Amino acid sequence: MTATGQPVAPEKTDERLLRTSPLRRLLGRPELGSVVGAVAVFLFFAVVADNFLQMSSFGTVLYAASTIGIMAAPVALLMIGGEFDLSAGVMVTSSALISSMFSYQMTANVWVGVFVSLLVTLCFGAFNGFMLTRTKLPSFIITLGTFLMLTGLNLGFTKLISGTVSTKAIGDMEGFDSARKVFASHLTIGDIELKVTILWWVVIVAVATWILLRTRFGNWIFAVGGEADAARAVGVPVIRTKVGLYLGVAFAAWVSGQHLLFSYDVVQSGEGVGNELTYIIAAVIGGCLITGGYGSAIGSAVGAIIFGMTSKGIVYAEWNPDWFKFFLGAMLLLATLLNAWVRKRAEATK
Amino acid sequence: MARVRTGVRAMGAVLAAVLGASLMGCSSTGGKRAEERAAEEAAEGRSAVNTPRWTFAMVTHSGDGDTFWDIVQKGAEQAALKDNINFLYSHNDEAQQQAELVQTAIDKGVDGLIVSLAKPDAMKAVVAKATEAGIPVITVNSGSAESKSFGALTHIGQDEAIAGEAVGDELDKRGRKKALCVLHEQGNVGHEQRCGGAKESFDGTMQNLYVDGTNMPDVQASIEAKLDADKSIDAVVTLGAPFAAAAVKAKETAGSKAEIDTFDLNASVATGLQNKTLGFAVDQQPYLQGYEAVDLLWLYRYNRNVLGGGLPVLTGPQIITADDADELAEYTKRGTR
Repeated sequence: MTATGQPVAPEKTDERLLRTSPLRRLLGRPELGSVVGAVAVFLFFAVVADNFLQMSSFGTVLYAASTIGIMAAPVALLMIGGEFDLSAGVMVTSSALISSMFSYQMTANVWVGVFVSLLVTLCFGAFNGFMLTRTKLPSFIITLGTFLMLTGLNLGFTKLISGTVSTKAIGDMEGFDSARKVFASHLTIGDIELKVTILWWVVIVAVATWILLRTRFGNWIFAVGGEADAARAVGVPVIRTKVGLYLGVAFAAWVSGQHLLFSYDVVQSGEGVGNELTYIIAAVIGGCLITGGYGSAIGSAVGAIIFGMTSKGIVYAEWNPDWFKFFLGAMLLLATLLNAWVRKRAEATK
Repeated sequence: MARVRTGVRAMGAVLAAVLGASLMGCSSTGGKRAEERAAEEAAEGRSAVNTPRWTFAMVTHSGDGDTFWDIVQKGAEQAALKDNINFLYSHNDEAQQQAELVQTAIDKGVDGLIVSLAKPDAMKAVVAKATEAGIPVITVNSGSAESKSFGALTHIGQDEAIAGEAVGDELDKRGRKKALCVLHEQGNVGHEQRCGGAKESFDGTMQNLYVDGTNMPDVQASIEAKLDADKSIDAVVTLGAPFAAAAVKAKETAGSKAEIDTFDLNASVATGLQNKTLGFAVDQQPYLQGYEAVDLLWLYRYNRNVLGGGLPVLTGPQIITADDADELAEYTKRGTR
């Protein structure tokens, strides 16, 4: 695209200070493509799946999206910072296991277990961050190690302490009911059932967006993801930023883990494997680049919505489940392609 | 542009080659055509009842591409065909995802629901929601202890502990001393009960070995390593038919003398029993679990019949040895045993 026929700005003004029109600014947002993708997926299932437009189905889809979205937002921030976390999926299970087993074994108020779990889960995140910045190994390798270690710890400790592969029920213990209200309650409005995870999700995405766009730390995230060495040279605390990002993922893993525990009362030690990829996919659909330095938290939420709509829409549409993963993969590719195409168009009009 | 054209040309060549090959080399025996002919000669696939077309959903904890659940599905589909049922099947091995799938079935307003309760606590709330919505629920395969308290009509399956005990007794009968129990699904309570039951009734010692059931080479390597490390193991019990084959391979590579026994059945297990590479199999008749679940829901909707008198309807354990394998081989090939 050449800018012929467009008025050239006077040479005295710096091009970085040019006022752009609000529409231009909207078109330049990383999440725009994913919004278009989400609308497309929504319309598609509205046509092919009978029950997709029911109120009760909305609740189900939103819940599915929220369980992914809570994790996808901090994972998106981490990816903008140029790193991966493959341990995010099992960390959720670890966090739930720690709460449950600590409360049960110590016969403590459930809230004690919940806070111990928060501390330990944050330690996992800190471990990821410090190992990464100390060893200079790629985060892919570091967190792959953490992922395998946590998977083993989940099973090993659960068998050692509870004697079986799942935890003991803690539903009759003090504090369980109030903790359930916080992490796993739901609100029924007419036909639609809204789980509390949706609220957590909205809050986490809002905070992540504020950090990214309105704080110094947010600028650091973009800087370390774009070019870590240059960032360090201009005085960005690279180590602190990356450790902070891993702590963010750990915090979200704790929230998701507590949700698992308090909705089901018993935690299976072998779950969570593979979910880390789901979070990464949601972030990527939402406009994060795999290479870092670009993306948004709102985009990760839209990515989670696309994922939720697709995985549930396929069931509402009564398609043969044997093909489920194929459709899911195809849908995700299409959504991401559309996303990339919209972004290219948006950048061309700049 | 030129590259695109060569790509298209190459694709055309491949297609032509495949078509040509399939036309040239015809087999006059066996193969797909024989199967189709046999199906044509059988029933014409009309339903045998005149009840309205109800929709039943089945949601299981199966992973992708699981032999056992494929047979359950076949049984359910056969009953659905006869009972004029629109049958929906979905599955996920993560407890939370399975609960969400049950929720989608409730959203659809199905007329009946079939659930497996491998992870009962995760399914409790959503099954309660289904019964509140007036959907009759039948539990299959796992969850016999919880089925009634969750408000299900009936449970169809085998009692895993009893099945495990049957294995322990059979191992004693065969004079085994040290056995290995291979668990391929981490977190499955039923599997723990099987190995626990076997340990209970077995006079020798029994160890558990956890493997990743979704990764066959890993299963084989794990069993191999264990057999290598401990030459005194004289029996390996796998909890699923596909894993028996992996255990046999592992035994050969490790040069172990252990007898391989397994839960469940499939074509290769039947062959293995016939040629004595396997000791015995414990069948729980998955076909029956699917078939009966659909049929009992139909009976409930049509006639308010409930089977089992408040107790689980047991489909196993059935110990199968080389003597029974011959007549079952045909059915395992068909994929219904």
